Amino acid sequence: MRLASSPADIAIQTAKTRQSLQRRPQADLPGTLFKWLLISFTGFAIAFLGVLVVVMVNDGWSVLSGRLSGFLSNGFSQRSAQDAGVWQGIVGSVQIGIATALFAIPVGIATAIYLVEYATGGWFARAVELNVRNLAGVPSIVYGLLGLTVFVKTLDGFTQGKTVIAGGLTLAAMVLPIIVITSVEALKAVPQGIREAAYGVGATKWEVLSRQILPAAVSTILTGTVLSLARALGEAAPLILVGAATGFISFGDSNFLETFTGPFTALPVLIFNFARQPGEDWSANAAAASVVILILVLMINGAALYFRNRFEKKW
Amino acid sequence: MVETNNLNESAREEKKTTINLDPTISSMAASGGESTSDPSAAEVIFDVEKLDAFYGDFKALSNVSLQVYKSQVTAFIGPSGCGKSTFLRCFNRMNDLIEGARVEGTIKYRGADLYDEEVDPVEVRRRIGMVFQKPNPFPKSIFENVAYGPRLSGVKKSKLAETVEKSLRRSALWDEVKDRLSASAYGLSGGQQQRLCIARAIAVQPDVVLMDEPCSALDPIATARIEELITELKSEYTIVIVTHNMQQAARMSDQTAFFSVALDSHGSRTGELVEFDKTETIFTNPNDSRTEAYITGRVG
Amino acid sequence: MTTISAEELQTASGRRLRSSLARWMFLLASAITILISGLIIWTIASEAWTFASQVAADQLQTIGWFPRRGMFDIGTLILNSAQIAVVSMIVAVPSGLGAAIYLSEYAHPRVRRIMKPTLELLASVPSVVLGVFAISFITPVVLSKFFDEINFFNKLAAGIGVGLLVIPLIASISEDALRAVPRDLREASAGLGARKATTAIRVVIPAALSGLMAAIIVGFSRAIGETMVVTIASGGGDTSLFETSIKESGGTVTSAMAALGLGTDQVAGNDLAFQSLYFLGALLFIITLVMNMLGNLIVRRMQERY
Repeated sequence: MRLASSPADIAIQTAKTRQSLQRRPQADLPGTLFKWLLISFTGFAIAFLGVLVVVMVNDGWSVLSGRLSGFLSNGFSQRSAQDAGVWQGIVGSVQIGIATALFAIPVGIATAIYLVEYATGGWFARAVELNVRNLAGVPSIVYGLLGLTVFVKTLDGFTQGKTVIAGGLTLAAMVLPIIVITSVEALKAVPQGIREAAYGVGATKWEVLSRQILPAAVSTILTGTVLSLARALGEAAPLILVGAATGFISFGDSNFLETFTGPFTALPVLIFNFARQPGEDWSANAAAASVVILILVLMINGAALYFRNRFEKKW
Repeated sequence: MVETNNLNESAREEKKTTINLDPTISSMAASGGESTSDPSAAEVIFDVEKLDAFYGDFKALSNVSLQVYKSQVTAFIGPSGCGKSTFLRCFNRMNDLIEGARVEGTIKYRGADLYDEEVDPVEVRRRIGMVFQKPNPFPKSIFENVAYGPRLSGVKKSKLAETVEKSLRRSALWDEVKDRLSASAYGLSGGQQQRLCIARAIAVQPDVVLMDEPCSALDPIATARIEELITELKSEYTIVIVTHNMQQAARMSDQTAFFSVALDSHGSRTGELVEFDKTETIFTNPNDSRTEAYITGRVG
Repeated sequence: MTTISAEELQTASGRRLRSSLARWMFLLASAITILISGLIIWTIASEAWTFASQVAADQLQTIGWFPRRGMFDIGTLILNSAQIAVVSMIVAVPSGLGAAIYLSEYAHPRVRRIMKPTLELLASVPSVVLGVFAISFITPVVLSKFFDEINFFNKLAAGIGVGLLVIPLIASISEDALRAVPRDLREASAGLGARKATTAIRVVIPAALSGLMAAIIVGFSRAIGETMVVTIASGGGDTSLFETSIKESGGTVTSAMAALGLGTDQVAGNDLAFQSLYFLGALLFIITLVMNMLGNLIVRRMQERY
């Protein structure tokens, strides 16, 4: 760069510098292109959700607008597409959800407590941690195999074979690792200072846990739990293996408690069944059922996220 | 000038503590603190003999021996990393919570070996309370913070309110919070939170209160109030305080222990006790040259 | 002088007991997770071994997968699984990575606060719904525009469906990886006069590279393990002829398992067909386990670095 010597030179140099400092938007074409590329990729992901919802509502419109109440209250009828409904699926899903929650939540949270508060660093803790992380990645259908062999056949006395209890245990096994992982994160987020203060005043480990740490972590744990249950709600593959009815089932005369030990089905399995049947009427049923499950799942997720934001602990 | 805190009912002489603006430390040491005629004639609460503290293989403290006397403020001073906090946490077995921490040597509390197998650290911590460097109130109401400890000790529900009020009055916080006991403790200022932590600690009626740099996270005004509080509390509790602030030690304590870092036989760093004596002696006429170097600011 | 003895420093026995009891309960709970792993391995291993030891070599290399006729061409299934997984990656990686980079490097905080929960909602769409979406929209509306002749059930549609399913997974792991890169690096780059795109491409992405790779590996593993989308969209019949074109239908390892599971009552007679279910399960388990362990290892190493 030439040294400016005269006032005219200085003026020219100043102008050039000022010009170079203003990077005109058109000159940064590659940068802008990149940014818009990213935006389009992101938009694609979000857009597809919108398209999905629109398509499902559109395809299922005849069912949703025409006979919604019938659709929600009828059973799965093989005879006529016009009569089919998702009632048994909803009942089954609720029952399985209860069973899953009963089995997975206590064990999951307890395991997380052990990993964070008791056995840090020991070989057993590390084995459990590694194991949980691996289990989280096992495909859902493999849990179905587990369910078929252990819960349906071996534990037949407890579960009475192909029932919602077996289904619940199977999904509980699937959801357990996720509950452990989210609970561990929630517990680790509790500041160490609170633990020290609680011990410092002369409390036993159980007292510190039950009176300070768990109450502080409970909202985060709850959110994670609800989200993982919502995921379980949408699973069909493991339930198929465990014997969810894919054909006509009837509750017959059994009362509510007895249905826990009888043939069962679930909402996602029903959708699968509808989708397998030929013909436009069944497709409409499948789409309508998809809308139902989407509403349920999105509602649960939305509620969980909302609660997480409202009760987020600010340390 | 620091305003007096009006602590009612206790038949304590109300002493106005003034912060001496004269920068000479020696004059502060001579005038500060409520020393009895001869500190070492008082009852021994802690008797430490040849204590070594380890974190795994790392020796944090070597060969520390001293005594802590009843109803006095004992200060631990020294540069960073010389094991003062580690040493303090040995007194209430807080180090047990750290993986790989262990001690060798003895600490006797009123004659009983603190690290004896029979001893339950939970009870130790009830009798020997602690206030931490960063105020750490529970994410609960002010009332619940103070009530936590007494509840565990079995104080009946009917007496809880009374206990909480007593503790809050003693920590000079009652007047500021009496109308909002059910408000979250996180709404208090830093200084107030620390006084709440002090109230929480004394609510279980401990014998000793350990303080790990209680003012280092606070502004000067809050610091002054806490220092005043400590001086008042000392008539009822034995207080051991770790502080980075020499002047603070000179102002408030009766006995001072100076720690420093040394190289042990293997050439690795370890903390050791250089000198332990009456505060006045340490700050005006220390025996060890290292003490003098630290006091006069020649070394950090 | 008030002295005390060591024995006096005790807590009430009730409190101590409760604490010890609690410890054992938590320990027991953790043991259950190990039990589950053991059970999975046990259930699969024995039956899979039976299959492997009894099946004849020529049964494993036939014209296709026809379990009830004793034809177990694993190659068919593996090829289909791989094809669908690759297609899904082509859909999921640009979108997932792109969304992650955009959210982490470019997006306004307000935009992030809306987009992140939306992506999480995406993740909760059940796979059966995506299967329905594939046969009611992707194939008839989208693919028929590009191809004159395409089977109603085809692997391409299934691949796209699986890809859509996996986008949120890749996006979330990638975003964690990108955000783990310390701010200092970005600031240093900006301080040297680099524009945002340059910083992102030349500084942040290379720094987060291992985490991004982990995201892809985990996504791929998830794609391989996906069952329902494939079963619905790519022909869930329990037989598959060996076919390389993605315009045709084909069953994967997972959909073959589902088909076998559906007909468990019917295959009771033909033993090897039933055991093949476990053999496939073993195969699937091992492949996904290896990939997930790899992904986890990379993620952990990345966390340690920062």
